Amino acid sequence: MSTLIQPAPMGAPASAAPPPGDAFLRFENVSKVYPTATGPYTVLDAIDMAVNQGEFMCVIGHSGCGKSTLLNMVSGFATPTEGQVILHGNRITKPGPDRMVVFQGYALLPWFTAYENVYLAVDSVKPDLPEREKKEITREHLAMVGLTEAAEKKILQLSGGMKQRVAIARALAIRPEVLILDEPFGALDAITKEELQEELLTIWNTQKCTVLMITHDIDEALFLADRLVMMTNGPAAKIGEIMDISFPRPRNREEIMEDPLYYDLRNQALDFLYSRFAHDDTAD
Amino acid sequence: MVPTSSRRPGASISPLRWLTRSSGSWLPPLLGTGGFLLLWQILSSAGVIALPAPSSLFTEERTRTLIFYPFYDRGGLDKGLFWQTMASLSRVAQGYTLAALVGIAVGITIGLKPTINRAFDPLFQFLRMVAPLAWVPIALVLFQNNQPAAIFVIFITAIWPILINTAEGVRQIPQDYRNVALVLQMSSRRFFTKVLIPSALPYIFTGLRISIGLAWLAIIAAEIVMPGTLGIGFFIWDAYQQNYVGEIVLGVIWIGAIGLVLDRLMAWLQTRISPGQ
Ligand SMILES: Nc1ncnc2c1ncn2[C@@H]1O[C@H](COP(=O)(O)OP(=O)(O)OP(=O)(O)O)[C@@H](O)[C@H]1O
Ligand SMILES: [Mg+2]
Repeated sequence: MSTLIQPAPMGAPASAAPPPGDAFLRFENVSKVYPTATGPYTVLDAIDMAVNQGEFMCVIGHSGCGKSTLLNMVSGFATPTEGQVILHGNRITKPGPDRMVVFQGYALLPWFTAYENVYLAVDSVKPDLPEREKKEITREHLAMVGLTEAAEKKILQLSGGMKQRVAIARALAIRPEVLILDEPFGALDAITKEELQEELLTIWNTQKCTVLMITHDIDEALFLADRLVMMTNGPAAKIGEIMDISFPRPRNREEIMEDPLYYDLRNQALDFLYSRFAHDDTAD
Repeated sequence: MVPTSSRRPGASISPLRWLTRSSGSWLPPLLGTGGFLLLWQILSSAGVIALPAPSSLFTEERTRTLIFYPFYDRGGLDKGLFWQTMASLSRVAQGYTLAALVGIAVGITIGLKPTINRAFDPLFQFLRMVAPLAWVPIALVLFQNNQPAAIFVIFITAIWPILINTAEGVRQIPQDYRNVALVLQMSSRRFFTKVLIPSALPYIFTGLRISIGLAWLAIIAAEIVMPGTLGIGFFIWDAYQQNYVGEIVLGVIWIGAIGLVLDRLMAWLQTRISPGQ
């Protein structure tokens, strides 16, 4: 399996990467430096990456390496210190509904019901739509995540899995071009997690938005993603490697796990995370 | 399997048994209050303190009339405690409503804008320490007129907890909720009604509850500046000047009771309106 490891740090397979000049979403020489008490702290250093429209990208890397920071520059909650992030040829400067986020802590409004949370998003983004249509969109997206029954429940009455479903329904109901998920299933039990992964894939198959998702789970990435971005350790993290995950879609968990490629890819990722960029190492 | 001789709980308990069982909750306050009244009775009968004994509130002609006929109305200021209270309450309601409106509005502003907060916080912290009574001469100079001066004293006493708690509530809006509003590009009006107010509401209510007590406490100070008007505050002041000590005691007990009712009312409203979070 060691033969699969790409020697070059920027070893993204050329076949999958779009020509950088006109990619749908691209990071151009993006660095992020935070000023701290002990002087400037470089989180990300000169990131270059291109993402195709409709692609499902997963990002993996050790805690604190800058995954959230990377995606925050797409959602617009953080701005690059150097370089720029370009979507559709336009530089990203602030948050907007075309880049919807599924937040790490769900960020649902507890004084509203599941239905009201989704409706509020639809109504905020598309206020001019006829009332009937906004209600229809809300119901439709709650149904997609299997929450028709629980729609009228207050957020506090929902389980963690149900909350995450509402958050996903809310994010997709406004039809974003890019969907950003920051470790969405980390806090869920194994069964709920697999259910939600499948639901997410099903919905993504119908909407074909571009997905950027942070995960700590290699199997999750292998099941969901077209490509897996593996980041080196911070400070000054870089993209170590981008792995192509070419299983045909629609995917079936059992089938891909029988594919010998699955284990090659899995070992490649494990080797990256636990040998070449093991957590204790300071990247150099 | 374990043999038990005691009866099932809830099965026909005699009233006496029930009384002894629940006594844990009502006995201590009863003993405490009763003991206090008894001590007071003994001390004033023995002449140790100059206050009339609690029993004299019922034996003395003036206070007995006030207790048993709260609705009497002999014109002018000679009215029952109910009318005195209503006059005071309407005054408190005006000052308090004004304090709530201004306090919430200013609280939201300084909660949203740290610079404005930094500019005015020292001033607010200073002003809120000024006692209601100290505001009286200032109010009179400011307004030259009793009625607005009294309302101002209530207003200025009640506003600070509302203002400070509202500002804190706005500052405490979780960043996650703000981020949702940002990514959805909510209009500020929508952010205000759907996120800010519901999120800050528990804090606002805490302020409102503290303030209703303070507003009521300020009533005596407020009504001292209004000689010759109907109201429980002036009633006490008047009784003091005419040396009707029994009336003073009754008035003070009455004020305490009304304050308690107002506080309970706000607490109840708080649990009803404030969403469970
Ligand atoms: N506002 C900030 N000021 C200073 N340092 C920051 C700030 N935000 C993040 N950092 C630092 O940047 C680094 C990357 O943070 P980031 O949240 O992007 O990591 P992450 O890869 O998402 O980690 P995790 O997997 O634990 O979520 C961390 O070392 C963090 O301490
Ligand atoms: Mg993170």
